[in-house]
Amino acid sequence: MHTLTLAQATQGLENGDFSSEEITRHYLNRIGQLDEHYNSYITVTADAAIEQARGADTERAKGNAGTLCGIPMAHKDLFCTQGVRTSSGSRMLDTFVPPYNATIVSHIKGAGAVVLGKTNMDEFAMGSSNETSWYGPVRNPWDIERVPGGSSGGSAAAIAAQLAVAATASDTGGSIRQPASLCGITGLKPTYGRVSRYGMIAFASSLDQAGTMTRTAEDAAILLGAMAGFDPLDSTSTDIAVPDYRATLNDDLSGLKIGIPDEYFSEGLHPGTAAAVENAIKELEKLGATTRRISLPHSNLAVPCYYVLAPAEASANLSRFDGVRYGHRCEDPEDLYDLYTRSREEGFGDEVKRRILIGAYVLSAGFYDAYYRKAQRIRRLIKNDFIGAFYDVDVILGPTAPSPAFKLGEKTSDPVQMYLEDIYTIATNLAGLPAMSIPAGLAEGLPVGLQLIGQDFGEAKLLNIAHRFQQATDHHLACAPIIGGDL
Amino acid sequence: MALQGSDIDKLAVLARLKIDNEIKQEVAEKISDILSMIDQMQAVDTSAVLPMANPHDATQRLRADVISETNQREAFQAIAPQTEDGLYLVPKVID
Repeated sequence: MHTLTLAQATQGLENGDFSSEEITRHYLNRIGQLDEHYNSYITVTADAAIEQARGADTERAKGNAGTLCGIPMAHKDLFCTQGVRTSSGSRMLDTFVPPYNATIVSHIKGAGAVVLGKTNMDEFAMGSSNETSWYGPVRNPWDIERVPGGSSGGSAAAIAAQLAVAATASDTGGSIRQPASLCGITGLKPTYGRVSRYGMIAFASSLDQAGTMTRTAEDAAILLGAMAGFDPLDSTSTDIAVPDYRATLNDDLSGLKIGIPDEYFSEGLHPGTAAAVENAIKELEKLGATTRRISLPHSNLAVPCYYVLAPAEASANLSRFDGVRYGHRCEDPEDLYDLYTRSREEGFGDEVKRRILIGAYVLSAGFYDAYYRKAQRIRRLIKNDFIGAFYDVDVILGPTAPSPAFKLGEKTSDPVQMYLEDIYTIATNLAGLPAMSIPAGLAEGLPVGLQLIGQDFGEAKLLNIAHRFQQATDHHLACAPIIGGDL
Repeated sequence: MALQGSDIDKLAVLARLKIDNEIKQEVAEKISDILSMIDQMQAVDTSAVLPMANPHDATQRLRADVISETNQREAFQAIAPQTEDGLYLVPKVID
């Protein structure tokens, strides 16, 4: 049962091959037996999941099955879940039990899904290896000595280890696509504003976007359909109708124009990654697409620009953690200043503190124009690169990450090296564009992700291309070796 | 730009963080490395480019100034570290 896609599991439930309670118990059993190797979950909500599964079986019997009815899935632990601890991977929120649901949590619940638990992540989504989590690192199911990527490493590993059918995730600079690439699964970061961020613990509000992690593009289409849409509770939500993403999955790719940016095949790209991406390009050409080289000339400025804007926004967003209303509070504060500083010192990890300090620096008097304003201007140049490219091509294609999964501890002592993990993903966050990572084969036995970047609100086209690619290839079917055999 | 330990002290006050003396130099070095990477931006002339705050150049959506929330004080204070009689407790601010 655990190898089924979301679409296949739905068919199995509909055919009566198994009940939601059966598949849910099967997944809970797998999590109980196997997750000690991966640490992909922070919280498992077994009793609630079984109750939800029974409810889903009842609804299906009555003919009321929603699009996710009875499907066991997981939420990244930065989506607020009413009555269930939501930690954002931080000691600061280790005891935080939200009194409300994030909008997407409500939507997914409304579609009938069963929630197995909350997945591990880099603290406040700041990281590319899942090593900054207060709950310990997540391990890559393809090789437990290696990182799963981050920040949504728990969601990615849970799917790769077949400990959930699908999962929610979020992407501020690559946090869906890079772990999807490193774990060999399908990850979709929608257009900024496509999916509500209400109840998603904020990192950098002009960049954060919620999205999906699944086994296939078809599954991503189903899950995105349940999540997307206008939300009056998110002031950055866009009021544009949500198309039926499944309806166009099989559209013909003849005449599709794909742009290949020279800058995404620069020095530092792993040769195995480059080879897998080159093969994927040939496959798409066989499906009728034409490709051409393009240039995104400001690509090299994406990481510097991001590391001004994201920490600046983070330092503002994380100022809410003051030890007063919720979250960690230090013992016996001497005065108010001591309450603030010691609660924050104890509650935040090193990477989070580093980014808060950088944010405070770039926003401080005398540096604001040289850093923050400058970065906002560079951001427009990066967006303009994409606008220019999309005059000539329909989508842009390249690698997701510069190399396959690296070893735990390999980059923790050098933040700049860690930041360069997101060299190919960050520009799309700055530009607000939708992008996907889909499996494109293996390099040295480890998964390689192919990145597809679309035009604003062009998720349906990305899903169409990804689905046709997955129909013609079997990279997405490659499974990580599961410790403990085939439970 | 290379930061010193004293710069970290100033930033820590602005950010309401406490940075221990033993790690201050290391924090300063790592942030200096990051700022050197960021300084690549300065090579580009952006004097004619408008700053972009939102990827869709969207402006803040406003709503009518009417009450939309019900009072949930008890639910919100149930997760607070210290409250009393419906109030959040902090150390004494005024003697």
